[in-house]
Amino acid sequence: MPHDVSNTSASHSNASGLNVTVLVSVGRHPLTARARRADQDARAVEMALTLESTSVNLLHAGQQDSDHEAAIRGYLGMGIDSVGLIEQKPQADVVPALAKALRASASQLVLTGTRAETGEASGVMPYLLAEALGWPIITGLAAVEKIEQGTAVVLQALPRGKRRRLRIRLPAIATVDSSAPPARQSAFGPAKRGVLNLHQEPSEIDEALSSWHIQPARKRPKRLKIVKSSSARDRFKAAAAKADGGGGQTLSDVTPEQGAEAIFKLLKEEGVLR
Amino acid sequence: MSELVRRDPRQEWIIRNRLHPQHLEALAQMGGAVANEWMGPNGVIRRNPHAVGFIGPNGIRRIDRSGVQQAAQAPGRSVEAKDARQRVTIETPAFMVAVVPDMAGGRLSTHDRDLLGLARQLADADPAQPGAVLAIVFGEHKETAFGEAGIDRLLHLEGERFSGYLPELRVATLQGVERDLAPRYWLLPDSTTGGGELGRRLAARLDERPAAQVWQVEADSESTTGWRCTARGAAGRDDVTRALPRVVLALAECADPVSETRHAAEAITLSQELPEVLGRIQDMGEVAVDPASVSLAEAEFILSAGNGVKDWDGYHHAAEVLGATKGASRVAVDDGYMPRDRQVGATGTWVSARVYVAVGISGAIQHLQGIQSCEKVVAVNLDEGCDMVKRADLAVIGDASQILAALVARVEQYRAEQQENRDAA
Ligand SMILES: Cc1cc2nc3c(=O)[nH]c(=O)nc-3n(C[C@H](O)[C@H](O)[C@H](O)COP(=O)(O)OP(=O)(O)OC[C@H]3O[C@@H](n4cnc5c(N)ncnc54)[C@H](O)[C@@H]3O)c2cc1C
Repeated sequence: MPHDVSNTSASHSNASGLNVTVLVSVGRHPLTARARRADQDARAVEMALTLESTSVNLLHAGQQDSDHEAAIRGYLGMGIDSVGLIEQKPQADVVPALAKALRASASQLVLTGTRAETGEASGVMPYLLAEALGWPIITGLAAVEKIEQGTAVVLQALPRGKRRRLRIRLPAIATVDSSAPPARQSAFGPAKRGVLNLHQEPSEIDEALSSWHIQPARKRPKRLKIVKSSSARDRFKAAAAKADGGGGQTLSDVTPEQGAEAIFKLLKEEGVLR
Repeated sequence: MSELVRRDPRQEWIIRNRLHPQHLEALAQMGGAVANEWMGPNGVIRRNPHAVGFIGPNGIRRIDRSGVQQAAQAPGRSVEAKDARQRVTIETPAFMVAVVPDMAGGRLSTHDRDLLGLARQLADADPAQPGAVLAIVFGEHKETAFGEAGIDRLLHLEGERFSGYLPELRVATLQGVERDLAPRYWLLPDSTTGGGELGRRLAARLDERPAAQVWQVEADSESTTGWRCTARGAAGRDDVTRALPRVVLALAECADPVSETRHAAEAITLSQELPEVLGRIQDMGEVAVDPASVSLAEAEFILSAGNGVKDWDGYHHAAEVLGATKGASRVAVDDGYMPRDRQVGATGTWVSARVYVAVGISGAIQHLQGIQSCEKVVAVNLDEGCDMVKRADLAVIGDASQILAALVARVEQYRAEQQENRDAA
């Protein structure tokens, strides 16, 4: 993906425009299981960087160690000078700390990934945050079209590549999923040079977590196709039949116009013609 | 005809006993010629293997196991395909299990049905205290078989207010349901078509910690709720097993859909007026997207070209006019007519289009694999016997370029008519 880096790096230092905070987490590589920048969060950062005349702040709440630091620096390598770190104990509930930090900041738009790559990863955190702050939240942000008079006009990604236009009152939270543009690469130099601004914040330990049983994912059993029929012949036929047992309509010896008419009718019935 | 089956045990005994002197007479009396099926003493269907088949032209008994001949012969006692599903009505439920189906396309999806199956499991666990499954449906729908899916109570919220994307209003409504009926469990599909989002909003609003990505729910006497659930965590790498919370976001195939019972699906209304919600999210409608920019795997409508396409300009024009995403078979890609990322099939993209139009594609197994999950397949081909025609829901036999040209003309005519109507209005 070509990125106009010069443009964005100039614009995000401009503090007069929109103030965007991106909540970033520590991801985990699906194969090597190494700590890395989380994919969806990186897309959220990318989205923030491509907005015009915004100042982008990154915020992370979590424990502090060298692995985590390397992963967080991955976001700095996208061309950002500093990231705010709220130090929390492992297994802490980060929502109170994040809500406090966001309330204190002047952020108008908060971007997050849809779901974390480690831990419970239920994807509820943005909603809890929105509830705590009393802000509206939207999912699947695909693009920000314009910001005007305290509202934002955005495109929301729907399944099957569709888009919906929404107008939301700011301040707001928006989650970004994998339909957003992919993130730019992280450069080593800026990642090294970037600053981590550490704050201390009391941790609220998540008590429920200790009663849960966590194990590597089991393969889900495949559902069997059960044919409920009183006659053995029907059951046998259903078991032995080819999956695609015809049943379609075939038009031969028709003029192209008649054929086209039949196809047109089907397309219209299915509602794919716009 | 009366539904009651009148039985003569002595007659039946004679029919079973081939050596009985009156055997043939009894058989003849029973059902026209020779009965080969009758109801046994325990209500089981008995068959006489000697009475099957017919005598062929050479005097040899032939047995046709394809069922054609048997079906033609059988109507002695017409076995009506009766709905054997048991009717269940729950008058005074001990508790409620609320389900908010996605109703994608106005109908219960398979995911919704699985979820209703799970709801039934939770509701029917204790036969002494049966629960009722409450479904909450927003907006217009086309579903007719709510009862068959296992729904006891149906809360249908319709009208102008509920059409469109209104997550805040929906959550406020569900909150109203919570106040009014206080369901024991809330089940929502963890899907991208709305359920996942609504469920998380609801959980945050009710201040309940939900279980997301649940794929298994089992009874567990040690758990505080009597149930434990297994959910995927950490991007699908871990399984989290925990007591079942009140709000559950479940994946598809979390349980088997209801198939053996029919429920009342009795319509109910809320006792309180719904609050007015200050909408901070305003729906401005869906946006037309350029079909070419949609990834093949996600595309809804694909016009796919194969070796049978000769007029490539005509094909590209047709795809633009129809507003279809372009796909191709491997041959078309290998020959350089289409880019590699458009290849559909085993070594290309597995597509899930609602309508897949295959133009000049023979339907090699590698290609058919890639279109397994397509709903409607249309084939345009010269060869009536090819596999794509067998797979297709609609096949048009003829030359691809002519049919595409005719289709383009028809769609353009339709567009012009629509434009006129709009201008007139
Ligand atoms: C390991 C392996 C992997 C493969 N993976 C894939 C894959 O991922 N995807 C894939 O597509 N293929 C794949 N293939 C290739 C596959 O086996 C077939 O060769 C290929 O799909 C055939 O493409 P086709 O149907 O376009 O061509 P053909 O088989 O040549 O079929 C052309 C069709 O067009 C019809 N036709 C001809 N002229 C006209 C006309 N004027 N109007 C209308 N119809 C006309 C013919 O009747 C015929 O049915 C793979 C093969 C192998 C060995």
